[in-house]
Amino acid sequence: MNAKRIDKVATGILYAIAGFVVIILIALLGYILVQGVPEISWHFLTSPALAFEAGGGIGIQLFNSFYLLLLALLISLPISLGAGIYLNEYAGQNTITGLIRTTIEILSSLPSVVVGLFGYLFFVVQFKLGFSILSGAFALTVFNLPILTRSIEEALANISDSQREAGYALGLSRWETVTKIVVPAALPSIITGVVLSAGRIFGEAAALIYTAGQSAPALDFSNWNPFDISSPLSPLRPAETLAVHIWKINSEGIMPDAKAVSAGASAVLIIAVLLFNFLARWLGKRLYKHLTAE
Amino acid sequence: MQNDNMETSQRSIMHFDPKAHEIALSTEDLHVFYGQSEAISEGDLQFERYKISSLIGPSGSGKSTFLRSLNRMNDRIATVKGKIMYRGLDINSNDIDVYEMRRHIGMVFQRPNPFAKSIYENIAFALRQRGTNKKQELDEIVETSLRQAAMWDQVKDDLNKSALALSGGQQQRLCIARAIAVKPDILLLDEPASALDPVSTSQIEDTLLELKQNYTIIIVTHNMQQASRISDYTAFFNMGKVLEYAETGDIFTNPKVDITNDYISGNFG
Repeated sequence: MNAKRIDKVATGILYAIAGFVVIILIALLGYILVQGVPEISWHFLTSPALAFEAGGGIGIQLFNSFYLLLLALLISLPISLGAGIYLNEYAGQNTITGLIRTTIEILSSLPSVVVGLFGYLFFVVQFKLGFSILSGAFALTVFNLPILTRSIEEALANISDSQREAGYALGLSRWETVTKIVVPAALPSIITGVVLSAGRIFGEAAALIYTAGQSAPALDFSNWNPFDISSPLSPLRPAETLAVHIWKINSEGIMPDAKAVSAGASAVLIIAVLLFNFLARWLGKRLYKHLTAE
Repeated sequence: MQNDNMETSQRSIMHFDPKAHEIALSTEDLHVFYGQSEAISEGDLQFERYKISSLIGPSGSGKSTFLRSLNRMNDRIATVKGKIMYRGLDINSNDIDVYEMRRHIGMVFQRPNPFAKSIYENIAFALRQRGTNKKQELDEIVETSLRQAAMWDQVKDDLNKSALALSGGQQQRLCIARAIAVKPDILLLDEPASALDPVSTSQIEDTLLELKQNYTIIIVTHNMQQASRISDYTAFFNMGKVLEYAETGDIFTNPKVDITNDYISGNFG
């Protein structure tokens, strides 16, 4: 075979492989959406789940998922930002930095169920936080930190050194240069990274089963006092999320319409994750445009 | 060793008569090391105030390293020994406030590096960091700096546009405007036109000739025509040493050192 022919064959094979991957994805998404979307209604999205009767919704679980996501990001973003800035801007090329990087890599490859069990022993039992939003948020932080740190570090590393030199040449200190020039310039990719990690947190179940708990007690949506246990904002109440709810219905759900609820909840979950992904792309592009054009 | 001796015997370095010339910046016995290897040995130059001095020489001759040492941009990369005298102070000593010093000795780089901010912010930003907050004062400085860099008329209606949307030549002039906005004494330029087209290059050169009235300019250039067009003095670098330093006219018509002659006639480098 001549080179041209080989190239054609190789191109064909690569197309086939790529197509295969896309087909799997589309089939999966299509199946979940076709099964689930008909179950979604305003009632389904807003009403509490019913354990023994048909007609329950996922309202509280949905709220819990967003609230946990918000708390987890509030805790992990500042830490990741600090760690990313340290690693990319301040740390020298030495053994200690290498050690930190290895630690982060190991942490990021930890199975989420292990993170969940660690969270159970550490936050739930040791710190007596119980099955609560706070325990869940901490577990999600452990789960999210390494990935977010890496993505922030990469975003900063992509900013050319000439930007830093420009800052130094104007008599700005390293701190001023990092916070006022490098981080703003890296903001589009940092935000993309944050939103993508939000999608991962939103769909996470294993890390939450033993930390945020598997029950969703009724919430009083007129009570916004975070110290009251029936308030939606209370960080110490147990909070089953959407992903955990799906897992639970499928393993021990006894409501008559368990199949339908599971399908609907899965569709909502996957739509939310997709939205996070599109939002990440859109925000990143928009911010980049904003920085580079008018 | 024989080669070394020949070079030293062949050096021709002008020193200014302090009574007749005002010296803005001078180096004494400057050595620069990257790790163990020496990039600059015996850098010993004086730069006259309100003149343009060119540093020329083949790639790797140490001219950029020398320039970047002058406002200590090499601090984290290299070890710089020797004295850099500015207003009677050795600015290479440890107790100098480097950030403050760089406000007096500004720098423009080879590749235009505007911030990912608006044209206005590119200039106003560093001023604000140092406490200039009045809108009117900032507006004034932005305008004068852009005028001095000869680009006010082109961008005065687009001050809020992102600097990254400008052309390469305009970006570089914005970088010059940004550097002079903090009102330095001395402007260091590291091949500022090498990434630009001929038209932009000649505009930058005109700008520099204009700026010379208020600033002492030291410029590294690969382009010998550029050195001869704009500079008053020229230093020739080779293998980490200054081999010749003289008035630009002299160096190009009557070089005292053989290697200088070889270089400017295009025999190497």
